[in-house]
Amino acid sequence: MSVTVETGLRHGLTADEYARIEAALGRAPTIEELGVFSVMWSEHCSYKSSRVHLRGLPTTGPRVLQGPGENAGALDVGDGLAVVFKIESHNHPSFVEPFQGAATGVGGILRDIFTMGARPIANLNSLRFGSVAHPRTPYLVRGVVAGIGGYGNCIGVATVGGEVSFDPGYDHNILVNAFTLGVVQSDRIFRARAEGVGNPVMYVGSKTGRDGIHGASLLASAEFDADSESKRPTVQVGDPFTEKLLLEACLELMSPAYSAHLVGIQDMGAAGLTSSSVEMAGRAGSGIDLDLARVPLREEGMTPYDILLSESQERMLLVVRAGSEDVVRALFAKWDLDAAVIGTVTDSGHLRCTWEGRQVVDLPIAPLTDGAPLYHRPAVEPAPEEGARLLLRDLAEPRDYGHVLMQLLESPNLCSREWVYRQYDTYVGGNSVVRPGSDAAVVRLDGTQKGVAMTLDCNSRLCLLDPYVGTVSAVAEAARNLAVSGAEPIGVTNCLNFGSPEKPEVMWQFQQAIAGLRDACLAFGTPVVSGNVSFYNETEGRSIPPTPVIGMVGLLDDVSQRVTQWFKGEGDAIVLLGRNREELGGSEYLAVIHHQVRGPLPWIDLDIERRLIRTVLAAAREGLLRSAHDVAEGGLAVALAECCISNETGPPVGARIELESGLRPDALLFGESHGRIVVSVRRRHLTRLRELAHRDEVVMTSIGEVRGQRFEIGDLVDLPVLAMRERWRSALERTLAGRLGE
Amino acid sequence: MKWGVITFPGSLDDVQAAHVLEDLLGESVVRLWHKDTALDGLDCVVLPGGFSYGDYLRCGAMARFSPIMRAVGEFAAAGRVVIGICNGFQILCEAGLLPGALIRNRGLAFLCQSVHVRVEDADTLFTNRCRRGDVLEIPVKHGEGCYVADEETLHTLDAGRQIVLRYTDGEGRVTPEANPNGSLAAIAGIRSASGNVFGMMPHPEHACERLVGGEDGRKIFLSVIAAAGATAEPVAAKVVSGP
Repeated sequence: MSVTVETGLRHGLTADEYARIEAALGRAPTIEELGVFSVMWSEHCSYKSSRVHLRGLPTTGPRVLQGPGENAGALDVGDGLAVVFKIESHNHPSFVEPFQGAATGVGGILRDIFTMGARPIANLNSLRFGSVAHPRTPYLVRGVVAGIGGYGNCIGVATVGGEVSFDPGYDHNILVNAFTLGVVQSDRIFRARAEGVGNPVMYVGSKTGRDGIHGASLLASAEFDADSESKRPTVQVGDPFTEKLLLEACLELMSPAYSAHLVGIQDMGAAGLTSSSVEMAGRAGSGIDLDLARVPLREEGMTPYDILLSESQERMLLVVRAGSEDVVRALFAKWDLDAAVIGTVTDSGHLRCTWEGRQVVDLPIAPLTDGAPLYHRPAVEPAPEEGARLLLRDLAEPRDYGHVLMQLLESPNLCSREWVYRQYDTYVGGNSVVRPGSDAAVVRLDGTQKGVAMTLDCNSRLCLLDPYVGTVSAVAEAARNLAVSGAEPIGVTNCLNFGSPEKPEVMWQFQQAIAGLRDACLAFGTPVVSGNVSFYNETEGRSIPPTPVIGMVGLLDDVSQRVTQWFKGEGDAIVLLGRNREELGGSEYLAVIHHQVRGPLPWIDLDIERRLIRTVLAAAREGLLRSAHDVAEGGLAVALAECCISNETGPPVGARIELESGLRPDALLFGESHGRIVVSVRRRHLTRLRELAHRDEVVMTSIGEVRGQRFEIGDLVDLPVLAMRERWRSALERTLAGRLGE
Repeated sequence: MKWGVITFPGSLDDVQAAHVLEDLLGESVVRLWHKDTALDGLDCVVLPGGFSYGDYLRCGAMARFSPIMRAVGEFAAAGRVVIGICNGFQILCEAGLLPGALIRNRGLAFLCQSVHVRVEDADTLFTNRCRRGDVLEIPVKHGEGCYVADEETLHTLDAGRQIVLRYTDGEGRVTPEANPNGSLAAIAGIRSASGNVFGMMPHPEHACERLVGGEDGRKIFLSVIAAAGATAEPVAAKVVSGP
């Protein structure tokens, strides 16, 4: 079949891009070559709209062993160990087919981690669904949660945390972002390079089928429309059992006993065999010859085009030393996995593929990778809407604050996530020290005293109102979440979910978010070591709220010093670190109770945040903190309520709170001012805590005491904690079943 | 004593079981591959939790045909101790070494949470370090943990004091809410009529350290160790006071 510009357009390329391909080759591409270009130049693989902006992010630091550009980033955590982590989106597949979409999202990020020789020890995920009132939402929630559990539970990596939120802005485009962290000896990190002319290229894992063809180019790199359902066949199907075998076999191959046989390794994720071979050759400056007829196939009648573009799961591409083929084959046979030699490393600088004796691809590598299009797309700040800013004096104050608090505790974004995380294995691996339900997850590093803390954060309502401030706020919240768990923030990964980059307003949001990410990461000294950009999150012209999800990783030198968010004991003093301000813009209270989404956003000062974190970390290390909890969505009253009712076992505990303030009561209770943390300490430790706060110029106020079975705030709120917990805990399940009133 | 921990393809908690026995309890542990065929010199074999063969077809249905299962059957018949945890329990039921079956949870979803189980009988190889009526807090994590058997089998289990653990609330009361998966008679763990084969859905190996999951699970392993210390020979015959 002859290829023309029309064929290129059907592959998602523009006419200009097609012309560039012909110019680079000096001829029309074959259909197979066009397929290769279309995936390699897709937004998903090439980052063509984002790359020029990402260059500004801070990516270096004393702990950084691997920054962006490999399968995942790596940080040195001492004791000869490194943590390897990354977050990635699987948004469109999960909307089209929630179970398999979410499952293969987990499978994909796991492979990115063990490809580098690291054993995955923790999964987290950030999920965003449409309004709970949207008829499709319960179906999507159930499918995605079951898919994440189905994959993560079966492969045996604990799912220890994450976030779930609901907003009508995701009604037609949900977000499923999956994060994995693994551990590796810092001198045994493997990289994806096709080095050594004459070395064999081996294919291991599942056989190749037709699933997922054009997932990267057509599903992930284009907006949705009414035909999205018909894209279901481009969603891959996951097999976590095979991935478990692949994980163990690959880690065995990378162990000291076998690793001399291995030169480079990369998973076949988006764009499958094509991107893995092109990228491995690209990084090494070499070339690769492949005989496609030697690829193990699942079905008959597959064409070379299908084989190159299949996104079948649970496959890896290896470059091994010449002569090591039989050793590698035997190792994979032990795990009942296929291993086949399918090609050779060359110095041609080309990807060449043959099929039944005929050459179907002969492409220079450079135009596919570094030579991919790079766009400086126009960015325009959207015009502000009339009356967009909240005037507090126009907002009626509620009469019954207890009732409002209960409404908030039952609202979809603030109620307990237990219904979600009890479907995940949070114990497997035996190192989950803080499991879901506190501010951050903490996992012990096997064989050491150390622990690693992880959190995913983004408040997309804030990012919609102001993407710069919203992104800075997300990074600050992540850092606070780690600090209240007793961990020092050490690095960041991110998943930037946005609408179409071809819209100047979206591009402006994106640039603002990048600027916020840069500034905040510089302030906290947390380099960005990996990440993922997901554009085209829009349906029929409507973009999602900008959603830059921040994955932050922290370190505890002594994991027994971890702190959890719930109050521990009768008589402990409750202390607020940080200052209350009269701010209600962008709050859950404003959205849930007053049905308004408006700024101005809460003030944020990164210097204040840094000092607050310093105080809390010092207090945690001195063992002063019985509990610590970040004040975030829902404000101070919700944070305090959570301290009373979120303990995993045993009955909830009450608290008596007195707040002296001249602020409006609703702003005091439900405003979402940054830079605040609630801690509880034994009375005898108050003096030392005050010294630390004074040292760091942090405002510290004693606001109450842990006591009894009621939750009381001055004369505004008086509720029994048992009822609070019952309604908070069961709300999500009742909401999804359409029976919240019960 | 000398323990064997079997790894089937898809086993997940094998590492944790071996870690608890070896590193926390100081026992001697041999890691066994499912294609091994001999259990010579071992006192107790653990079939760990996980998703053997991906739980495809039916939980435990494929693993029971692994080469090592013939040896496990002979080992059990010789009166030696066999413990199946979660997926291991499912495999023992599939292999006919324990009666009944484990089917999909009542709520149709995977469930991971800490539960309470009451010790129904302290005069067993697996609970002699507890008192009858003790309530242990141990996590469950399974999609197919609902224990079922026909009326007659349930009656036999009860009459033969084979029901070792039941799901209860924190005060030791059997209630529908405290039964996480809908198991008949709130059964969480049973032993064979001979007393030496034991299966339980909760994971004692994930409740052996205060920092992660608590310490109640230790009592299960310490009971087996204590029973073995009481006799040099196959322990079952002397300690079990079954019918």
